[in-house]
Amino acid sequence: MSMKLPRLLVTASPHLKGPASTAKIMWHVTWSLLPVWGVAIWWYGPSAFLVVVAATAGCLLPERLFGKRGSLNDGSCVITGILLGLTLPPGIPLWMAFVGGFFSIAFGKLVFGGLGQNAFNPALLGRAFLQASFPVALTTWPAGGGEWWRLRGDNFALPLMRGDPADTVTEATPLALMKWDRESEAAQALGVDDLVFGMTGGSVGEGAAIVILLCGGYLALRNFLNWRIPASIFLSVAVFSGLLHLIDADRFASPQFMLFSGGLMLGAVYMATDMVTSPVTNRACWIFGFGIGFLTIVIRTWGGLPEGVMYAILLMNALVPFLNRWTQPRVFGTGRKKGAPA
Amino acid sequence: MSDPTRSETLFRGVWRENPVMIHMLGLCPALAVTNTVMNSIAMGMATLFVLTGSSLLVSTFKRFIPHEVRITTYILIIATFVTIVDMSLAAWTPGLHKALGAYIALIVVNCMILGRQEAYASKQSVGRALLDALGTGFGFIIALVMMGAVREILGSGSFLGVSLFGDNFEPWLVMVLPPGGFLALGFWLLGLNWWTQRRERRAAEGAA
Repeated sequence: MSMKLPRLLVTASPHLKGPASTAKIMWHVTWSLLPVWGVAIWWYGPSAFLVVVAATAGCLLPERLFGKRGSLNDGSCVITGILLGLTLPPGIPLWMAFVGGFFSIAFGKLVFGGLGQNAFNPALLGRAFLQASFPVALTTWPAGGGEWWRLRGDNFALPLMRGDPADTVTEATPLALMKWDRESEAAQALGVDDLVFGMTGGSVGEGAAIVILLCGGYLALRNFLNWRIPASIFLSVAVFSGLLHLIDADRFASPQFMLFSGGLMLGAVYMATDMVTSPVTNRACWIFGFGIGFLTIVIRTWGGLPEGVMYAILLMNALVPFLNRWTQPRVFGTGRKKGAPA
Repeated sequence: MSDPTRSETLFRGVWRENPVMIHMLGLCPALAVTNTVMNSIAMGMATLFVLTGSSLLVSTFKRFIPHEVRITTYILIIATFVTIVDMSLAAWTPGLHKALGAYIALIVVNCMILGRQEAYASKQSVGRALLDALGTGFGFIIALVMMGAVREILGSGSFLGVSLFGDNFEPWLVMVLPPGGFLALGFWLLGLNWWTQRRERRAAEGAA
């Protein structure tokens, strides 16, 4: 019996399919992270390389052990791992990065049911766990530059053991300077140039705002991220910090300092735009971004921590289902005018 | 349904119907005071005492307790034993009493204890009620120690106050803080359910 093609093919929707698949988008994002990582390696030496590799290994293990068969191939774990590594200080012991990666995927993603089911950004959840577990290690910022080959901290501390703080040259981050030492002039004297090109202390991937922006721009052009989210974050950060700066320029840092310092760039471009944990409607994306920007400024200015991007994004992640429901567009021909009889 | 034997009554609460890990009762002390193994044991012993005492009284007086005010009566009986525990701990081990704080008084509202009175002690003979209370109480201690062990080993690097990893240990601060209670409970539930499901699947495959 020969196979006969039916004249009329009846299938379920969707009928139009784009060329992009989950795996293709994920690997594109992964490639776009490589320049950011490259700058970090150039600036922090082998430590930056090792921390990101350890975090990625920590992400891949639980997905291999507990995930669906073949789910490693979609690349989402690799992104989580690289992103987590980029948010960690370069000097932290590698076992901590590994634990963070494991937590990210096992408890940030797999317990919810795998890719697409998680409410919170896994990489940020892993970082929040590390921050709550090891507050000292997560706020020790080694200085960049110098001899390239030198490790920026005790990366090879034995598992469960504290890193040896000797031989580590640390440097306060610009945000910490502003927060703890009230040296807003000192921090601002650093100049926006330094912040844009990454010549400050901080997490592995926090430097080089310009590289992150360029990579994000590429992704936005390919429509792999919704440009409204970073745009609204930048806008609200600029507006709110600008207003504060206008009120009292001595107490509150300038908007350009707020925009280019800390993890704002990485958070806005790569974390907030995570397809799983960001809203689906464009209106909701604007609200989501404004919320992140506003909370970031609130936490940085009045909170107990120098940096607030992580918690701002996680808090807004929690609101995403509500934003989605609230901003559902009206289907043409449905709905009623206000006051119309039922 | 055949009557369970005495040993079944005793051991049911210990593991198969463990109050915390299976019934998910008594979670407030299980989450709040299990940051060290010592606190877990103390809280478990206190609860065991209250549970055994109140089960004994409730099953003894079950014919005299009017049905309409039975919950109030159970609470009064439980509160009596909690007061005894509270004062005894304050007198003998002031340090422990301080560490457990308000959670000793809160044993009164532990739904596990009230649940055993309502579901078991008020309907069974004194002997059966005592066995059931002992089993459930020991199950509670076991569950609390399981959580306390995870939290103390990771959070302080020690077990019952004995250092395990030496001075250079980096404590997982989050495990001794309140989120650590939820995480530890989650770890255990995940592990136990995974194990149970695997065993059931194996049994089903073996039967098929």
